[in-house]
Amino acid sequence: MMSIETILKDRILVLDGAMGTMIQRHKLEEEDFRKGWFENHDKPLKGNNDLLSLTRPEIIKDIHRKYFEAGADIAETNTFSGTWIAQADYGLEKFVYDINYHSAKIAKEVADEFTAANPDKPRFVAGSIGPTNRTASISPDVNDPGFRGITFDELVNAYKEQVNALMDGGVDILLVETVFDTLNAKAALFAIDEVYTERGTKLPIMVSGTITDQSGRTLTGQTTEAFLISVSHMPLLTIGLNCALGASMMRPYLQVLDQKAPFGVSAHPNAGLPNEFGKYDETPELMAVQIKEFLDEGLVNIIGGCCGTTPDHIKAIADMAKNYKPREVKQVN
Amino acid sequence: MSEETKASLKLSGLEPLIVTPQSNFVNVGERTNVTGSRAFLRMIKEGDFEAALAVARDQVEGGAQIIDINMDEGMIDGKEAMVKFLNLIASEPDIARVPIMIDSSKWEIIEAGLKCIQGKGVVNSISLKEGEANFIAQATKIKRYGAAVIVMAFDEDGQADSYERRIEICKRSYDILVNQVGFPKNDIIFDPNIFPVATGMEEHNNNALDFFRATKWIRENLPGAHVSGGVSNVSFSFRGNDKVREAMHAAFLYHAIQNGMDMGIVNPTMLEVYSDIEPELLVYVEDVLLNRREDATERLLEYAETVKGDGKKKEVDLSWRNVPVNQRLSHALVKGIVEFIDEDVEECRQQYKRPIEVIEGPLMDGMNIVGDLFGSGKMFLPQVVKSARVMKKAVAYLLPFIEAEKDGVRSSSGKVLMATVKGDVHDIGKNIVGVVLGCNNYEVIDMGVMVPFEKIIQTAIDEKVDVIGLSGLITPSLDEMVTVAKEMERANLSIPLLIGGATTSKVHTAVKIDQHYTKGQTIHVLDASRAVTVVESMLGPKKELFVSDLKQEYARVREHHEKHRGAKQLLSLEDARKNALKIDFKQEDCAVPNELGVKQFVDFPLQDLVDYIDWTPFFQTWELHGKFPAILTDEVVGVEATKLYADAQAMLQQIIAEKWLEARAVVGLFPANSVGDDIEIYTDETRKTVLSVQHALRQQTTKADGQPNLALADFVAPKSSGIKDYIGGFVVTTGHGIEAHIERFEKDHDDYHSILLKALADRLAEAFAEKMHEVVRKDLWGYAVDEALSNDELIKETYRGIRPAPGYPACPDHTEKIDLFRILNATELSGVSLTESLAMYPTAAVSGWYFAHPQAKYFGLGKITEEQIKDISQRKGLSFDEMDRWLSSVKH
Repeated sequence: MMSIETILKDRILVLDGAMGTMIQRHKLEEEDFRKGWFENHDKPLKGNNDLLSLTRPEIIKDIHRKYFEAGADIAETNTFSGTWIAQADYGLEKFVYDINYHSAKIAKEVADEFTAANPDKPRFVAGSIGPTNRTASISPDVNDPGFRGITFDELVNAYKEQVNALMDGGVDILLVETVFDTLNAKAALFAIDEVYTERGTKLPIMVSGTITDQSGRTLTGQTTEAFLISVSHMPLLTIGLNCALGASMMRPYLQVLDQKAPFGVSAHPNAGLPNEFGKYDETPELMAVQIKEFLDEGLVNIIGGCCGTTPDHIKAIADMAKNYKPREVKQVN
Repeated sequence: MSEETKASLKLSGLEPLIVTPQSNFVNVGERTNVTGSRAFLRMIKEGDFEAALAVARDQVEGGAQIIDINMDEGMIDGKEAMVKFLNLIASEPDIARVPIMIDSSKWEIIEAGLKCIQGKGVVNSISLKEGEANFIAQATKIKRYGAAVIVMAFDEDGQADSYERRIEICKRSYDILVNQVGFPKNDIIFDPNIFPVATGMEEHNNNALDFFRATKWIRENLPGAHVSGGVSNVSFSFRGNDKVREAMHAAFLYHAIQNGMDMGIVNPTMLEVYSDIEPELLVYVEDVLLNRREDATERLLEYAETVKGDGKKKEVDLSWRNVPVNQRLSHALVKGIVEFIDEDVEECRQQYKRPIEVIEGPLMDGMNIVGDLFGSGKMFLPQVVKSARVMKKAVAYLLPFIEAEKDGVRSSSGKVLMATVKGDVHDIGKNIVGVVLGCNNYEVIDMGVMVPFEKIIQTAIDEKVDVIGLSGLITPSLDEMVTVAKEMERANLSIPLLIGGATTSKVHTAVKIDQHYTKGQTIHVLDASRAVTVVESMLGPKKELFVSDLKQEYARVREHHEKHRGAKQLLSLEDARKNALKIDFKQEDCAVPNELGVKQFVDFPLQDLVDYIDWTPFFQTWELHGKFPAILTDEVVGVEATKLYADAQAMLQQIIAEKWLEARAVVGLFPANSVGDDIEIYTDETRKTVLSVQHALRQQTTKADGQPNLALADFVAPKSSGIKDYIGGFVVTTGHGIEAHIERFEKDHDDYHSILLKALADRLAEAFAEKMHEVVRKDLWGYAVDEALSNDELIKETYRGIRPAPGYPACPDHTEKIDLFRILNATELSGVSLTESLAMYPTAAVSGWYFAHPQAKYFGLGKITEEQIKDISQRKGLSFDEMDRWLSSVKH
């Protein structure tokens, strides 16, 4: 199988769309989140989507399948909250390995089915590494700005566990995404680097930050370029942006990455901004029009969707992306 | 691929810092270093992190592009201090925007620091001192944390002290980093050791030269690597002789940069401009640095002796009287000496054809020097104000001669109109800005205080001024500034509008004023030291660039503000009230005053107030920042602070001995109970007749669990409890009598003493408020008879009870003053009146309420909703529009 680095030089790769939006369509109940694994757990588990890889794996596999059918090259594992930090709210710290290992494994099984059916279009699995629900750079207590709810060491510890399980499960790429605090991301990269050294193997790494609004800064106040510089010590496959903004609002910050990044550039925006009911209602056609601008400008190497996007969105994007050359990746100095 | 990507060191805080081969020298701030700054060490030791942050902020504002942080001191827990300081910096965007340099000789402190910074910082430093294995392990970790590194030229055998050793160690370190660790070449910075020269020991003669040569070699032979160093070391043997040291630093930097040094730790206040070094001194210094003569050290030492007396000799040095008159004028201006000014100006006048030429020539030359020194941080505000006094006296002397000539029109850099807006009487800040602008050859038209917009605009048109500067201290003045901006727009003016004063801010200017004045540009000026730069930029050739930058910045501020506002959820008034502080009132906590009713104090002994003065704000008035008394020994401003303090003490003695000011006060204590958010104040103990209702505002910000939404009414027992509670009110002033003296000083063109007197009167008023509060606690109300507190404890307000002032954070509603003054009969009994904006006149006055409950504490109201403004306007029986205007500064 061709390496992803080689393929990236040749064409734009398509990342899948939202997992949560697809899960919502199944109208699952508390018992779906417990089935076979957590029948007697003492806390409510509904909404802890990562668990479905264990309790309802056929649903997750079906979602991966739908995205691959729509034309995605890369599927993200269902592990956005797969750290003991994020699972602590549910009292499920002990199941972090299982969540990540099985999520990786089922995604890889589906990817392999598709690759076998069409070897010219190999499919990949990216292990999704979320930001956790704590920030290492901001105090949760307004009256004590020096306080921190989580330490760098705790984050490294949590991320190492997640990365090891994802690699055991067979992922092809690690995707550190929705970075709103760069210090959290640096802890994830630190953990990845340690794991690589310990295992003696390496996988390509994607990092994707979140610009929270039109000030062009991350939640912790960094400009897009400062964010890029802060994570450039690792040789990345891509640096990119996801979530928070729709495609059109993301464009100016992608331009910064295009000009400054010595890596590939990725983008997986939301389907517009949430409406007053918290739902994303940008249609596939509308989103595709905006993504077309990225492609016309040659801004990206990997393109996909975040909150609110569906296989229809990904199909619209994939159909368009195949007509374009990828952004020329600038050499690392 | 661009040059920038190829060979640059990229660092980041909240914003990027990119060091390319074309970049200028990167200046690393060095004051947040406990080993280098005694003042900073003291702050850290005392746990005064607020002050420590101010030091960091100062440096960034002063142009430091990276800040070096060092906590290596035996007496403190360095690791803990590093982590705490870095975490605090992370919450201060104006500091955190620059990259951090983590400076320690202890690896554990470095590593703890690396775990706190989200940006890409610099480690300072590692070396081969403890062998390769250790070096590799540390470098690997630093790379993993994503930081750049400074490598000292140090190995197992010691520190490199020759050219050969320097390049040998740097080469070896570089090869290990690049080949074994895989460290990015551009992230390697060498510190090839800056050692002292002219020490008298022959082996030190090449110290500077070897550094220059090693720097050049590194830049030519180790691709990507950068060179840094701590410059002040080089002049170590001339400690105490700043003139020589400053020249040495400048010359050293000049040569080091020529050879490729691109980053360094430099104290900007200990730096002469290379081209300004006296030619003779420069020759001696460069002889030493470049080791050009065998007797170089002796010659520099000899020269150093001749300049050594500078500032050290106690007897008055009149040798400057022997130089030509032009230089004497410059000297008098820079040093602020008025003694000989008339005779020197007269002598000068005889030499020039026309008297105006004396001003345009030697006097302006001297003032330009003052302006430059102030601009570069080598002179401080009190000195500049003294210089202005000399200038004004000189001009006053020449004026009759100029008028006799009739056409003596003086050329100035521009005309600036200054005014304190309608309703406000505070003018210290405005006067200081006027002085500073005057020093820089701007013609200042000072319209004084309480100036209505019609007058401002008419004068601006009639006098064809180039800039308008508005000042104000109280919050209603913010609104008046908006009015002036709107009226300027209507009058089709397009000249710049400067906004300054304690309650003004960049945010307010950007959000509330800027948009109303589209024909010209509005600019917030943070303090007097910025005024000249701002006016120069607005009138200079690069105005368009400056304005477009400013417009962008203000647009950003507005966006940010809007986002912040949207993000901040306020509670409904009902919910806020549900979360009020519910004190379990007991009768024994609500002490019965010894004397109810109103009591007047006239001619209160000023001497009794001296011990109650809080001096720290006095120095802030003069833009000297630091806590008293530590500020007197501060490395940077200590000397000037001490002089200023001595002048203040002398004047204070005169004020007391000659009774320049009269202290008057009125204090009242009344039965009171709360009813909801209102406090009913009763005429007498029967509590049947309501004398006044005080209307408290309640905090509406979302609080952490267990934290109440406070209103002052919470501190008074509710009427329904049946408990007898009380409240007090006061107005104090030390402003009576001040006008005559101000007038006297102004007639004598003596801004320095005029500002000094106003600042002292303000301090005395605050001291008087503190003193009266003590009298109330111990005697009139008498709930703390046994209290014994030091002045420091008083300033820190460790006593029971509070005295919040209307217009200040706990009750920003100025209109409460109206009733306070009424029930105290204050205008008559204290002689303090209220302006239409409810500013107090005389300005040296303080008013407020007394709350005595043990749980009463100061708080900031924060933002409130329109709902509460509607509510309070109904409670007060005022129109919504009126209250909305009074409370605009706290409205969400």
